[in-house]
Amino acid sequence: MNNLLIWPIMLPLLAALAAVILPAQVNRIGITAGLASLVAVVLLLSRVATEGPLLLALGGWTPGLGIALRADALSVSLILMVSLVALAAGIYATGYFAKQDDRARFWPLWLLLVSALHALLLSADLFNIYVTLELLGITAVALAAIKAERDAVEAALRYLVVGLLGSLMFLAGVALIYARYGTLDMIALGDSMQPEPAAWVALALMSTGLLIKCALFPLHFWLPPAHANAPAPVSAALSALVVKAAFYLVARFWLDLFDGVVTVDAARLLGLLGAAAVLWGSWQALRAQRLKLLAAYSTVAQLGYLFLFLPLLVMMPPGTARDTAFGALVLLAITHGFAKSALFLSIGVIQQRAGHDRIAELGGTARRLPVTTFTLALAGVALIGLPPSGTFLAKWELLSSAFAAGEWLWVAVVALGSVLAAAYTFRVLGHAFGPGEGVAHVLAWRREELPSLVLALIATVVLGLGAAYVWQFVAPGAFAAEVL
Amino acid sequence: MLATDLIYSFAGVALFALGLRAALLHRTLLGRVLSINICGAGIFLVFVALAYRGHDLAPDAVPHALVLTGIVVAVSATALALALGRRLHEAGDE
Repeated sequence: MNNLLIWPIMLPLLAALAAVILPAQVNRIGITAGLASLVAVVLLLSRVATEGPLLLALGGWTPGLGIALRADALSVSLILMVSLVALAAGIYATGYFAKQDDRARFWPLWLLLVSALHALLLSADLFNIYVTLELLGITAVALAAIKAERDAVEAALRYLVVGLLGSLMFLAGVALIYARYGTLDMIALGDSMQPEPAAWVALALMSTGLLIKCALFPLHFWLPPAHANAPAPVSAALSALVVKAAFYLVARFWLDLFDGVVTVDAARLLGLLGAAAVLWGSWQALRAQRLKLLAAYSTVAQLGYLFLFLPLLVMMPPGTARDTAFGALVLLAITHGFAKSALFLSIGVIQQRAGHDRIAELGGTARRLPVTTFTLALAGVALIGLPPSGTFLAKWELLSSAFAAGEWLWVAVVALGSVLAAAYTFRVLGHAFGPGEGVAHVLAWRREELPSLVLALIATVVLGLGAAYVWQFVAPGAFAAEVL
Repeated sequence: MLATDLIYSFAGVALFALGLRAALLHRTLLGRVLSINICGAGIFLVFVALAYRGHDLAPDAVPHALVLTGIVVAVSATALALALGRRLHEAGDE
């Protein structure tokens, strides 16, 4: 039974409705739904691991007229990341939002966001992807503006307008695809796609729309204010998950759906923008005065690394080397998801305890909040790419692919970006370990510190030591998918 | 003489381009929201034109369904933008 595919979408969706009806029980509903959808995702993952990609024609309508859902190794691994991060951030949010009103506003939107993310990752239909992109954009904007502070609303509004422009460009590409090929089903399209003007223009329109949404330099301008002004759990989801969904589509299109259409030069252009993002984002993170702004600029940089993989993957002939590099790309994306959410949640702890997130005034944090400082350091390890984090292995693989291809520019960018990441991480830790009374109360251990610690440990230890499983799971099936 | 569906398609593309240009150039929120809606209407017009299969055949139902869904999405997004704009306006008055 492939009906398993609907549960990661339906459970959060139904829970969102329940959370609207029963505002007094929202915390319980949210956590229960998070756990239940995690169970569904794990079951789905084990099915995909044993049986390969799964396909479900919704309502029994065959694709073409109906809409298909599809789960393969790539989408299922990202869904597992989404579920885990969303659950941890949700648990953190139960303590973060002290007022009942705030909780009642937060949970329905949060559950809709998770549902939209799962639906996007499972969609096998271009128009359905457009709808899920819009659902994701609208819930993300509403969550970013949830505190109704002037700066947050202003940033959210810009986020919305920019996101809408991105979605419309995507939709224009979808219209062109339908005009030329007469179908929006991605599996049927994969077979009929030809390198011709219609496909090029459609890919250009859709990619531009998606690049706005994943904030690739120089289209990143909306991200830092939107991510830095949102409440901590929301920032974690925006930075770790929402931009990743747009990147997933870019990777899916460039490496799978349009693989006969893309050219190495076009992919190299994306790689160059990624390189600029790595350098500019890291530099801005180093100069940031506030922790949340640092984390947001670090997201700009980390997304840049993902784009460095594209020219290499497009250049490589199909085979083990390409599969390995693709596994590294997925590992990097997932590790960043866990590390960045851990970073934003621990910044949230500091911000609530200290009343601010100014980096220069963090003195004494290490003494008062040892666990959170440890989490910050672990997240930093994963962002820099030190062993044993998953990032280390992924960057290693990126470097060796770049060496093998003789693409020296990427090697220099990765090296410089890592040095800058180390600089901004140690700048924060330097202040945190310094003398001062930044945080008012001496605290031995707080429940709210746990979710971020778990996320940071997954990024540094679990994904580092268990990286072989990610590779085994993702790599071999990655490009055999079209056979289906 | 252009075929009817091509006239509609070109009009749609022109609307899309005009809306996109205006959305990028306008500074005010209302101007931007209206431009985005015009931009979207252009794409919907293209979809509607795509459904045309000649005078004797029934139009293709799929693009029509897509346009209906698209309109729902566009209205929701517009509502959210206006609600946020109003909240910003109220916050500015304090």
